Amino acid sequence: MCLAVPMRVIRVSGLEGDFTLTPLAVVEAQGIEKDVRLDLVDQWPEIGDYLIIHAGFAIHTLDEKEAEINLKLLREMAEGLK
Amino acid sequence: MKYLSEYRDKKLIASLIDEVRRVKTAPLRIMEVCGTHTMAIFRHGLRSILPGDIELISGPGCPVCVTSSAHIDGFLHVALLDGVRVAIFGDLFRIPGSQGSLAQAQAGGARVEVVYSPMDALTLARKHPEELVVFLAVGFETTIPLVAATILEAYRQNVNNFAVFSSHKIMPPALHALLGDPELCLDGLLCPGHVSTIIGAAAYEPIARDFGISCIVTGFEPVDVLQAILMIARQVAEKRNDVENAYGRAVNWQGNGRAMALMHQVFEPVDCQWRGLGVIEQSGMAIRQEFARFDAEKRCDIKLTETPEPKGCLCGDILKGKKTPIDCPLFKGRCTPLNPVGPCMVSSEGTCAAFYKYGVV
Amino acid sequence: MKKLETVQLDHGSGGLASQELIKDIFLSHLDNPVLAALEDSAVLETDRGRLAFSTDSYVVDPLFFPGGDIGLLAVHGTINDLAMRGARPFCLSLGMILEEGCPMEVLRLIVDSIRKASCESGVPVVTGDTKVVPKGKGDKVFINTSGIGFVDKGVDISASMARVGDVILLSGSMGDHGITILTQRAGISMQGKLRSDTMALHNLVQKIIGLKSGAVHTLRDPTRGGVATSLNEIAEAAGVAIEIDEAEIPVHKEVDAACEILGMDPLYLANEGKCLALVQAEYAREILQAMRSLPEGAEAAIIGRVTDGPAGRVVLKTIAGGSRIVSSLTGEPLPRIC
Ligand code: SF4
Repeated sequence: MCLAVPMRVIRVSGLEGDFTLTPLAVVEAQGIEKDVRLDLVDQWPEIGDYLIIHAGFAIHTLDEKEAEINLKLLREMAEGLK
Repeated sequence: MKYLSEYRDKKLIASLIDEVRRVKTAPLRIMEVCGTHTMAIFRHGLRSILPGDIELISGPGCPVCVTSSAHIDGFLHVALLDGVRVAIFGDLFRIPGSQGSLAQAQAGGARVEVVYSPMDALTLARKHPEELVVFLAVGFETTIPLVAATILEAYRQNVNNFAVFSSHKIMPPALHALLGDPELCLDGLLCPGHVSTIIGAAAYEPIARDFGISCIVTGFEPVDVLQAILMIARQVAEKRNDVENAYGRAVNWQGNGRAMALMHQVFEPVDCQWRGLGVIEQSGMAIRQEFARFDAEKRCDIKLTETPEPKGCLCGDILKGKKTPIDCPLFKGRCTPLNPVGPCMVSSEGTCAAFYKYGVV
Repeated sequence: MKKLETVQLDHGSGGLASQELIKDIFLSHLDNPVLAALEDSAVLETDRGRLAFSTDSYVVDPLFFPGGDIGLLAVHGTINDLAMRGARPFCLSLGMILEEGCPMEVLRLIVDSIRKASCESGVPVVTGDTKVVPKGKGDKVFINTSGIGFVDKGVDISASMARVGDVILLSGSMGDHGITILTQRAGISMQGKLRSDTMALHNLVQKIIGLKSGAVHTLRDPTRGGVATSLNEIAEAAGVAIEIDEAEIPVHKEVDAACEILGMDPLYLANEGKCLALVQAEYAREILQAMRSLPEGAEAAIIGRVTDGPAGRVVLKTIAGGSRIVSSLTGEPLPRIC
């Protein structure tokens, strides 16, 4: 189960560490915006970060560095084989 | 979409497949535990491009498919109570219980709302103060913390007409139960990506160790899945059984501590019946006593009665990867997505539904 | 499981559940060869030439949505059903079922849309009827329109005319209407440029069938059930196989994102201003250019072809380079989370 998609943060409201204020972000992908809850993030997101969104909640801040390293390796493999 | 499309790149896919062919030393039997993997594999037609001796077996990771018929009947029972409105994820709408489905209940007058987020169910409760809004909750570790956060929000806002009927389940005990079956003989597991976001890749270490099986955490795009298959092929060639993470962008080793803490604050493990797998110790998640007023089972005084599985349905064996839908005499005959006999035919990520809908060309 | 014998929402989805209802109830009582062809409109031989006749009812919630409203749909939908047989739409009827208490202003806006759509497309509303049902027995406004059109000599377009080797064109992007309506629902809402594509296609159809007599074999507007279901219906009616290429199918980026978020497949979403055209291969390019020269076909694309594979089978070449079967829609598409 568990469909989740990466979307980019364009606004954040609420405060890090203070979960008495509703922790919300507006995220965007390809021109679609959605409000999501930040109750579950273990790392407070900044504008421009990518969040993994599942059923209206952010469950993770996407690790862009990891993604880049991984893609670079894969691309090198693809080039190397050609 | 960024961070999705890159992983659908044709060139990367082709090179990964070449590499799998090169590395592979023997036929491979791999189970994708997660229903979202099953869907991704069918959606992108991956079976048609993988070497023929790589067998992909769908596991028990579709939460709707593993929900026991007792629970589904319980859901239906709640939906038909006076003054109750139920909120569900779309996936549950057509699942047949022994007395019918929620779709049929709605046609009979029950109030059933499809929501995108459990928080939307809470919003419904605020909008309809005269009703009891019950969220019929299925899901694994990815989803349970969301429902926990929603219950905490209801608690903070003192919403009294909101409750959750929890049929939540957690993955590691089920994997232990499943892999204990000596008939299974698998070379590797594709571990559920977004469950792992929450529980962390480290959660599979006992499994890799106890059962001598490669456990690869991965995502849901073709490149993710193929990368994981390549890792399994490598491990088999090198005679290793380790946990590896092919989904570093979304999963780390220790998981999401905050989400885990919230989940355990609201829920506690209980023994739980899985369709096809039987009762598995400490594999369900029930609402703690402290939050009992949000527990629909207690509030509506529901007694679950186990009903027998539909006659002739092989869902149980299919969920264990022992049979495929093709082996089921009812498949495509009496059992179709329109008139499903078992849950594997209803959930869009159920194995039977996927075989029916996408077939293998 | 015993089957509860009641009508369910899925019976109106345009997918397999609808087909089952049509076969079990309607065809079994009303069978005749014209009806049994289950085309978008009936084509009838008369002394004065061939007449196309079609009817469609419109129930949509909300009544007004980005890109249109129920009034536009009611005019465009029936015009398109006529056009899919190659007919020139001639006139429309308008039947309205109103719920007691529906604000007059709502009605005025809808009728004004009907006027606009009918003027723009040059197809007048020539007869009408209104009924009012007690509050709670309807949902504000339901509309039925029927239409008559004429089919020129030499024009013979139907699903069963599709031939092996035909090229499949789609007149524009997929899924816009379906996802726009779906995301109007509370809880599934999202912000962004999602707009219904409701549009009349008769001018586009006349343009492409005028290019080369007999080159256009089949036309279908993939409304409810989407492109996937329409292609299955065609493959079955013509006894052919169809192959489409995922990479070639136009989908707006907003629709694509909304579908990823909700776990939906644009192949199954409704369109209200698009048509599939199955045409003789040698004229495909020319027809594509003709489509693209009109605003309603600006994003047209060649998406696949008809093959001699197993009859009724629709196969998709995926972007990953694999292939898989595309089946008909079963019931109402729902957002999923699994
Ligand atoms: S085809 Fe139907 S009856 Fe057979 S195992 Fe699958 S769900 Fe059960």
